[in-house]
Amino acid sequence: MPVVSQVTCPVCGSFCDDIEVVVKNNIITDVRNACAVGAAKFLDYTNHRSVKPLVRKNDELVEASLDEAIRKSAEILIDATYPILYGWSSTSCEAIRVGLELAEEVGGVIDNTTTICHGPSILSIQDVGIASCTLGQLRHRADLIFYWGCNPWSSHPRHVERYTTFSNGRFQKSAWRAHVSRLGGILSRKRLRRAINLVLRRDVFATSEISRELPYTMFQKKRKMVVVDVRKTHSADGADYFLQVEPNKDYELLQAFRMLIADEELDIDRVAGVPVETLDEIADVMIGCELGVIFFGQGLTMTEGKLRNVDAALSLVRDLNQRTKFLIMPMRGHFNVTGADIVFTWQTGYPFAVDFSQGYPQYNPGETSVIDILCRDETDAALVVASDPVAHFPKKAAQNLVKNPLIVIDPQTTPTSLMADVVFPSTFVGIETEGTAYRMDHVPLPLKKVVEPPSNCLPDVEILQRILHEVRRLRSKRK
Amino acid sequence: MPKLKVSLLTGRTVDQGVGKEHGKLSEEYQESVAICYMDPEDIKSLGIRENKNVRIITNFGSVVVRLVKSPTAPHPKVVFIPYGPWASLVMNPETHGTGMPSLKGIPAEIEPALEERVPSMLNLLEEHYKRE
Repeated sequence: MPVVSQVTCPVCGSFCDDIEVVVKNNIITDVRNACAVGAAKFLDYTNHRSVKPLVRKNDELVEASLDEAIRKSAEILIDATYPILYGWSSTSCEAIRVGLELAEEVGGVIDNTTTICHGPSILSIQDVGIASCTLGQLRHRADLIFYWGCNPWSSHPRHVERYTTFSNGRFQKSAWRAHVSRLGGILSRKRLRRAINLVLRRDVFATSEISRELPYTMFQKKRKMVVVDVRKTHSADGADYFLQVEPNKDYELLQAFRMLIADEELDIDRVAGVPVETLDEIADVMIGCELGVIFFGQGLTMTEGKLRNVDAALSLVRDLNQRTKFLIMPMRGHFNVTGADIVFTWQTGYPFAVDFSQGYPQYNPGETSVIDILCRDETDAALVVASDPVAHFPKKAAQNLVKNPLIVIDPQTTPTSLMADVVFPSTFVGIETEGTAYRMDHVPLPLKKVVEPPSNCLPDVEILQRILHEVRRLRSKRK
Repeated sequence: MPKLKVSLLTGRTVDQGVGKEHGKLSEEYQESVAICYMDPEDIKSLGIRENKNVRIITNFGSVVVRLVKSPTAPHPKVVFIPYGPWASLVMNPETHGTGMPSLKGIPAEIEPALEERVPSMLNLLEEHYKRE
């Protein structure tokens, strides 16, 4: 049975490139090396997909020819005064490039999912700067790994295994064995507790407080992992130390670390619910490491402070570089959200929230970002590519999105496509179509085609090119 | 009826990731996102049991979801709903000039909703997003 190897996984920002896909008669029968989400994508991608373009008539989506759907879309975009072109993070760079050309042509706002993900991180990086690197460097050299406000176990399931704590680098060995023995200890304690409770018929153990004491492994000269979060996630179970921070207090904690690293005294007992002595010990571990890294997630970007939290994290890393070597990287969500930022930047000068309404690119997140535009109810049409804003935007924004004409290009049936006026079922990029995408560390990798798409499905890039062509044709005709 | 003031978090889970790949209209997806993870002690203080329905109320809306005992407790007064159309109904759209709505740490109230049903995806779209 043919096995396609070195396939990249079109799911999360880790963008694993070691997937093996078994194909029989143009059907994927097995997937190797993928996480649960990646495997589900390759094995179940044909569920709930439509293969024919749909156009809304008499408040009902009905099948239409591709030409009719293209013409209808072009008319919607031409007739709109301030259309939104949104999505882009789950398609190829080639499609994004055409999308930008279309946005300029129709004088719309083009934004990608960065806006509801690491938008504040980008703003902060533009303000403060970032000391970062590729994931390969960290795999081989990092001996202190922080996951701050992120839960790779759920959102990037193979990140720890491939790039950090459980990967076997040239200069740093995997901490997998230590983790297995620690996990064994946790399970034994749980079993013992359950047995005692069963015998005594009551819960003799109150909910345990999370230990603040640093374990001995934190002081060893080997690879270690710290998770900072408001709740003890599954990622924290795999960490040497879990630092529980009170909700919306990350900024205070990061600034406290900056003071401690600068050898300044804190004249309070606790910061963000954590005793200062504990912070002092962790600060010593930070200074004592050979190469440290902070991966941060939406625990910083979505909570109170937003970009200012990221300012503090970037500044902490800058300060740490006066004492040792330290790096920082945002945990990007979709497999090509980094690519979307890169293509936006190389085409327009700005990474997201780009407004072409004046005929040239303008960038002012808060004003030209889609959530704000939708909440102010300023748009009058939208094109959504490979994204599902109805499911993931706050209610007010989604309501204002669906009340105007809506075009959706997506291989899957989603809440957004159900509310659309025109739906193009495209091919799955990375499964049925080739392309290019950027991993979270800005490394470009190829998306492979492993099976043939249904005969009447076109790739995103081709659909966008045809809409662009039709827009130009109709415009010249109207003139 | 007992009410509890909590801090609401939203985010990804493995089940949510797998569920969306099964299809956004699938039962697996609804089962994985129309839920609320809560600390077992908080569930006790609400006077209900796991798998019963609760209503989450914020300044921006309310939604009925199924209550699930958190596997990552203790996190008293902090509840977690995976990303999805159910969580979106109670999210804070305020971006504070950054473009980014506030999707974590939202002040919320939670109360038992034993008689109410968790809306299906299609019902939810019909009720909240239907065009006039």
